This record gives sequence, structure tokens and C-alpha cells, in this order.
Amino acid sequence: MYKDGDYDIVVIGAGHAGCEAALASARLGFSTCLFTINLDTIAQMSCNPAIGGLAKGHLVREIDALGGEMAKVTDRAGIQFRMLNMSKGPAVWSLRAQADRVLYRLSMRKVIESQENLDIKQDTVEKIIVDDRKVKGVLTSLGIFYGAGAVIVTTGTFLKGLIHIGLENFPAGRAGEFPSVGLSDSLRGLGLKIGRFKTCTPPRLDAKTIDFSKTEPQWGDEPPQPFSYSTEKITNPQLPCYLTYTNSETHKIIFDNLDRSSIYSGRVKGTGPRYCPSIEDKVVMFPERQRHQVFLEPEGLDTKEYYANGIFTSLPYDMQVSLIRTIPGLEEAEIMRPGYAIEYDFVYPTQLKHNLETKIIDGLFLAGQINGTSGYEEAAAQGLMAGINALLKLQGKEPLILGRHEAYIGVLIDDLITKGTSEPYRMFTSRAEYRLLLRHDNADLRLMDKGYEIGLLGKEVYQKFQEKKRLTDEELQRIKKTRIRFEGTDRDESLEQLLKRPEITYKFIEESSPSDKFLTPEIKKQIEIQVKYDGYIRRQMEMAERLKKIEEKKISEDFDYTSVKGLSKEVLSKLQEVRPANLGQASRIPGVTPAAISLLLVTIEKLKRQSGCKGAA
Amino acid sequence: MFHDDTIAAISTPFGEGGIGIVRLSGRDSIKIVEKIFTSPKNKSLKDLGSNRVIYGHIKDPLTGEEIDEVLVTVMRSPYTYTREDVVEINCHGGMVTLRKTLELVLKEGARLAEPGEFTKRAFINGRIDLSQAEAVLDLIRSKTDESRRIAIEQLQGGLSEKITALRDRLKELCAYLEAYIDFPEDDIEIASKEDMLESMKEIGTELQKLLKTYDEARFFREGLSTAIVGRPNVGKSSLLNALLRKDRAIVTELPGTTRDVIEEYLNIDGLPLRIMDTAGIRNVQDIAEKEGVKRSLQSIENADLVIAIFDGSEHLSDEDFEVMEKIKGKNAIIVMNKCDLPSVFDKDMFASCVLHHASCILQISATRGDGLEELKDRIFESCLKDWKEGRDGVLVTNLRHKIAIENALASLERAISGFLEDKPLEIIALELRDSLDRLGEIVGAVTTEDILENIFKNFCIGK
Repeated sequence: MYKDGDYDIVVIGAGHAGCEAALASARLGFSTCLFTINLDTIAQMSCNPAIGGLAKGHLVREIDALGGEMAKVTDRAGIQFRMLNMSKGPAVWSLRAQADRVLYRLSMRKVIESQENLDIKQDTVEKIIVDDRKVKGVLTSLGIFYGAGAVIVTTGTFLKGLIHIGLENFPAGRAGEFPSVGLSDSLRGLGLKIGRFKTCTPPRLDAKTIDFSKTEPQWGDEPPQPFSYSTEKITNPQLPCYLTYTNSETHKIIFDNLDRSSIYSGRVKGTGPRYCPSIEDKVVMFPERQRHQVFLEPEGLDTKEYYANGIFTSLPYDMQVSLIRTIPGLEEAEIMRPGYAIEYDFVYPTQLKHNLETKIIDGLFLAGQINGTSGYEEAAAQGLMAGINALLKLQGKEPLILGRHEAYIGVLIDDLITKGTSEPYRMFTSRAEYRLLLRHDNADLRLMDKGYEIGLLGKEVYQKFQEKKRLTDEELQRIKKTRIRFEGTDRDESLEQLLKRPEITYKFIEESSPSDKFLTPEIKKQIEIQVKYDGYIRRQMEMAERLKKIEEKKISEDFDYTSVKGLSKEVLSKLQEVRPANLGQASRIPGVTPAAISLLLVTIEKLKRQSGCKGAA
Repeated sequence: MFHDDTIAAISTPFGEGGIGIVRLSGRDSIKIVEKIFTSPKNKSLKDLGSNRVIYGHIKDPLTGEEIDEVLVTVMRSPYTYTREDVVEINCHGGMVTLRKTLELVLKEGARLAEPGEFTKRAFINGRIDLSQAEAVLDLIRSKTDESRRIAIEQLQGGLSEKITALRDRLKELCAYLEAYIDFPEDDIEIASKEDMLESMKEIGTELQKLLKTYDEARFFREGLSTAIVGRPNVGKSSLLNALLRKDRAIVTELPGTTRDVIEEYLNIDGLPLRIMDTAGIRNVQDIAEKEGVKRSLQSIENADLVIAIFDGSEHLSDEDFEVMEKIKGKNAIIVMNKCDLPSVFDKDMFASCVLHHASCILQISATRGDGLEELKDRIFESCLKDWKEGRDGVLVTNLRHKIAIENALASLERAISGFLEDKPLEIIALELRDSLDRLGEIVGAVTTEDILENIFKNFCIGK
């Protein structure tokens, strides 16, 4: 066995999770090695060429506020930006961008390659080397050993990946790429419980063969708004997407050939995501629907490849061709790459702690799709947090755990490790009980202090943020104090009170009693939101505050749940599986009752005092 | 669930005596009681020293109605049973005012204590020592079982199904809103605003109906008021004692021994009876006795159920006929006592006199115990038949449930008005989720997963 080096941190897989993890580690001065099976597919967008959307856009903003990279790369690679849900309230606005797949990949690679303390190696890690339940390093397919203080596994869909197209199947990590076979067994050998999920992709079409005149173009916002707080302006040319629809003829082809679909013939065993069903599923489950949307999304500025969003399928190639050609605009379309289903191994995430470290192996962290999630944004968020927490662990510091009231990232990780997931987990705003606090617009207010404290957020951005915060607070104070008489009323009211009225916007304040400071549109919007939502925000803050109290009741890692008499078998087994870190987390495990929490609380207190007595004696 | 809020409960046993205590513990105890308490000299509880007692009245701050004359004790943290601020309200008006007082403090921000919760806090805050930890755990366990048993019984009346149905309708509305919020680019048709509003209003009406049954079902909590009437010395007190199996009322051979109305609680298969043993109805001269008779007549007037008792061993007297007169039109059971003695009057004649206001005549011997079980059956039937008919058996009888429904309704109403005022949808969703959670306290929580399930079932998501 050849030993090539010793690193503080080894990251396995250079997808969206791996890149964030490796960058976080290296930027904070830790020697880091990033392994990838293929150097040319660093930060590859495996599925749709888009970043963001509802709740996902929120995640990207949070990553940015903590000092991660995804937002900046998206801004550099973005070819269409749209703020979604503008007709609804600001808590559920969310940015979505179409990105140039190649630009995205190269832009991230450039960042990774220019990062100090970061080595990048093309090799397949086959084995995690562990001694006495503690990570020591990794062994690659070339038989090389790399020592590591902590290992972060971010392998996406590559673990025992198996691609299905029709009734054909073959091992692959993504279409055209090698899977990782040994590592999955290594993880299993360490005692981790592994499950199997599947996901589906649509065919990619050749623009030369598409008649766009039969479709509806959809342009992005003008001017495009960036994701990152540090991006001044989007400079790429912007492109439209095109909307077309399936029809009864399309549906008939699918119905008649279900036995040739890998999903419907029972060949794919893994569980797929309900929010991203194959076209086969859509047609079978909603037979009354006359048509389904198909979005033709550009894969990039310099390519003719279009992504047929909406037709996720695992039908055989010939059927894909026939069904595509029933769709207006696609009558003569040529498929450049067929759609496929992929099955892959994941690790049941209830085996992780809040810092994304496995409970059974010290120093082994998992992030991204390996934890049963789907989506680039969910992966990147975990990667960033795993990177940060691996470092904090090496330094012997307290982990960075974001609360459910602080960030979607907090909701994401807490959900995964507390509830597990029965399908690839995607973030929705409905998962956040404090949705009004977790807005797209205030990610900086929520998280930049933390990002700066850790050392990932640049000084310049942070100073800009502080200035914005100062101006916002001052203006909030001013409008509280300034009173004017609104026409048609008989007494003075503060500007703040007036702004609470549904028909009044900040523009009214600007016109009637403007600030003498220069306020950016962002600040004005912030003030409007904070004032208009005030009552609700406070209500949610109070709830969060109360929750914090029970989160403070810690449960030790080796707590013996069988010592709590009176718990039902079901509750006991759930508690033993999840081993919650505190009573708050325990109370969120499905099926754990308030009475069980009371029993737990009293028993913990009892044990604490007993050990206290011993200590004194 | 939370461990720092203010809890309240009636901390004296149900139905024993006229005096009872409503106890509060938690940081807002004093503030909450302050809102419903007035002292003659306008003294404030805030200024009261620890462990001091103050006299005054409990008033409903909304209506100004005076509930009870009370003594309030303020005990300040940390030298209290729970180490938190504790306030005890000594009520004097019996179960009805105790309940009313409890409901007021709950309305003002206290939370109904879980079984064993005062003791749990005492332990967690280090007030009780370790040796008692097991006892605390036992308490939580046993009371939990107890409350579950009660809950299950309460719910047998179909309340559970009713609430579940309403909860599921709310869940569907939530799913609609959430789908609309989370999948803006999917081609989904959600219900129109009018339809959703209509649906919310319907659910609101149903919740209001349920709340009404709580008042109507008060006898489940306070005991069905039952008057035992008859002329002196027919055996009213003997019957009461026989039902209670203890000597509570004074029984002598002298007519007119029972001079006051005696309240007793009796439980027949879970149906609580508040039995008033009344002074015998007769023409009297003695002033005290006169007052007793007056009260007897009053209690017949107010009673939900009357047990009219006659002496089968003696001839019917004018006073017996007066009793028959008084119980006309009441929900009454006719009992002929002393069936162990030879019967002296014509039963058929008697029956023809009384049967127009009672379905049958029971023969019992209060002293020997004959016919008592049959009497209990008859009491049970006569009270419950009304409930079985016409109300689909759905009845809110439990205060905890009532509060949950009230809270659910309040959130729902905020959602409705938000909708009408064109508030952003995520605000409406917030209120609806809140309403859903409240109903979940009765029939089990609805999780985000349940809502997502509903979305994926109803809408074709997947752009």
C-alpha cells in the first residue's frame, strides 16, 4: 500500500456537496483533498440545468450568507433569472435561474483549482479506513492510502448506481460515467444501514430539430436579479425557455407501452420522488388530465442541447422518440441523450448527528444525495455544513447547528436526522414551521454574522451587510418616531403605523417624509416587509423562543432509553433508532407523544442528579 | 410540551365539598389572575408579599359578571412547591364556579396542566428530592392512563370521528394552499377562492356547533342535578344513603330532620349525579324548616331529574298529592319505598295518579337495598336517552377538548378574515396550519408529510 499524503480533511466526490465541503475546509486553512472519479465533471449538474426555485432558492441564499460558493457560480453561469411567486407574499418569493451547464462546471472548477490548501485528485475511493471506530483515512482503487482527520462522503447517485433505459440496465454513476461500487460495501461494512432510491431524467433534444414557433417562449426577469449578495450584476446574455404540452396521443403511446417501462415492469426497485414523477406515473395516476406541461430549457449558450423538463422517463429509446414526436414543436425532434432512471444506494440519514457526522464512526461525515436528498441546493447546503462541522470537530470546537427558525438548512438537516425520509428528500417551504422568518430577502440578516464568525464570509461583503443593517435599523427607528397626519384622518400617526396599512407601500414614506440617507431598493423592501409582517414575525419568534427552551434539555449520546419505564414499544424503538440530541428533537420524531417526552425529561433529570450525588461523594 | 409557560388546574378533588382551589404555576401566574381578580380596596396582586392571602372577587373581564367570592394566595418563586410563581384561588361556590374560574384563567393565557405536571415541575426545578422521582414518574404514567381512559370514553360519542373529519377537510385546504405556494410553475388547478372560503366557513360552523354542546353537556362535568323529593319521612335520606352507601344525611324517625338541601355526588357508570336530598315538603311553622321547604321547591324547579319517593306502607296523604303536583312536567322517576313492609294502598289507583308524568313505578326498599340497581338503570336511561336522540351522540364534555376547539376556531376565523382582507396566502396558510394543529391535539397531529401526501395525491406535480 502506497501512502500519498496526510490531510486534515478528505472529501469524496466533487459534486455540489463535495465542492462546498472542500472549499469550506481549504478556505479556513485546513489541508484538504477532493477526490473525483472524473475531473471533467466537477460540479456537474446531473439533471435539470437550473438552480433555485421555491425553498431551493432560499437554500442558495443561505449558502451565500454563510460564505459558500453556489450562489456566486450560479450568477456567473446563469442564462435566465426569475423571481417566482411575486404575486404572493415576500416569505415565499424565491429566485430560480437557468444555468449554462458547461459554464457552471468550469466556473466552479476554476474556483476549486485556484483554492489554496486544496488538492484535487481523479481516483475512486474504495474504502474508508477506520481504527477503533475512528476515521483514519481512505484507500483508493489505485491502492493508494491517504490519511485524514475527517472524511466527508459526498458521492451523490454514484454508490452502486444502476441506469435503466427501458428494459436495459447497466451500472453507471451518471449517464456515461463510472459508478462507485466498493465504497458502498465499505460503508455497509462499517455498520451503516443502506437503502436504495431512484430518480429519473428526461431526454435531451437537438434544437436544430425543434420548431420553437409552435411553443410559448418564457423569458426571465429584466433586469435579472442575482443570487449572491456579492454579485453586482448578471453579465451573461439571457435566454428564454419554451413551453409546450403533451396530448392524448402522447398519453396513449405511454399507456400502450407500460410493460416496456423499467419503472412499470418492476425492474427498478428503489423508491422515487413523488414531486418529480416520470411521465409514465403522471399518465397513470392522473388519467383525467388532457395534457402535461413540457418546458424546453436551454442547456447553455454555446450548445444546441435542450432539456425536455417534464418528460422524466425510463421508457426504451424508440418509445421516447415516438412520444416526443407527438408533442407540438417536437414533431421532428432528435434525441441527443435519452432519458433514464437511475437507482443508487443511500445511507439512512437517521444514523447521523446534527453536525452530519455518523453516530457510529468518529470523524466520518456524509452530505448530499447519499443522505437521501435530491437537488443540487440541498446537496450544497449539506456539503457546506459538513465541511464547516468537520473543521470545528478537528479544532475541538462546538458544532455549528442551525435552528429550524434560523434557516432552511436547519430544517433540512433536522428533518433528515430526526424523521429520516422515505423518498428522495426535497425542500419545500411548507416544511418550515417558521416560514415567515425564513425569507429569501433576509438570509443575510439571519446568517451573515455566523458566516463571518466562522471565517468563510469575506470582510468586504460583511461590511456591506453591516452598513445595510445599520441603515435599515435607523430607518425603522425613524419611521417609528416620525408622525404625520394622513389625509382624511383627524390625528397624527407614525409612519410605521401607516405603512402597516395594506394599501400603503414604502413609496408613500418616500413621498411624504423621506429619509435623508441614501437607501437602496433592497433596504426599502426590507423595511416594508418587516413592518407589514411585524405581528406574524413576532408570533413566530415567540414560538421559536419557546422551542429553544426544550432544545436546551440535552440527552447524552449513550442514554439508555430502556431505563425510561412506561414508554410504549413503538416510541422506545423510535427513540433508540434516532437517539435524539435533545428533548426538542425527540419531540419531533413522528409517533413520540408529549407524555413520553415528560417521562424522558423526568428520567434524565433523575439520572443527572444521581450522577451529581456520586460526583459529590 | 413547553416547560416554562403558566399552567393551571383545579387542584382539589372533584365534587368534595363546597370549597375548592384553582392553582396556577409559572411566570405569568400573578399577571393572569390579576386580570380576573378585584379586591374591595383595589389592591393589586403584584404588590402583595409572598405567602399572603387577599380577599376579593373573581370577575369575567369581558362581561363584568361576578363569578365567585374568593381568597387568593400569592406565593412567589422560588419558595413554592414548583419553585415558580404560584397563585391559588380559593373558591367557595362549588364545582360550577371552580370550573368557571379555571376557564377564565385559561382564557387569559394559562394552559391546562397535564396530569402530574405541577409535581413534574416541582421535581425538574429541584424542589422535590430524588427519592421521589419514581413517584413522579408513576404519577405521569398513571394519570396519563387515566386521562386516556377518560378521553377514549369521551370520544366514543362520535366526537373523534367528527373532529377527524373536520381536521381532514382543513388538511385538504392546507394542501391546496401549500401546493399553490410551493409549486408556482406546475400546471395545477386549485379550488377557487370562493370555494375555499365557503369550505372554511362550513368548518367554522361545525366547530361552533360542537362548542355549543359543551354547555349543553355540562352535567357530564358538574353532575346532573337530581332532586329527591317526597313528604317527610318517606325515606329520602335513607335512599340517598343507600345510593351512596354511607351515612351522610341525618336520618331519624322524627319528621323534618333534614332541614337543608344536602348536595352529594354519585357516579353511575360514569354519569355523575349531583343529588340534592331535600327537606320534606309539608306545611310547617318552624322558620328554619320553612326555609328548608322553600329550598326544596326551588331545587325541584332547577333539577334536571327528580326522584319522587312515596311510602308504600302508608296511605297517600295530602302532602303526597302535593308532591305529585310539584313534579308535573319534570323528568321524574317515581319510587315506592318500604316495599319490605306490607303495602296498604291501592297500587292501581296510585299508578293512575302518577303515571301521566312517569313511565313506571319502581318498588324499592331503601333500608334493605331492594330495587336499587333497577333504580340506577332507570336514572342512567332517563338522562341519556335525550342525548342519544337528535345529537348524533356527538358531545364535547372535556374542558381540554373544548379549549382545543375554541383555539382552532379562533385561528380559522383569522384565516377567513385574512382571506377577505386579501392577506398574503402564506399568512392564511399559517392560520390554517395553526387551526389544524389545535384539532390535532384532540385526534392526533397532522404532519407536513401528511399535507405533502395530500398534495401529491391531488395534484400532478413535476414540472
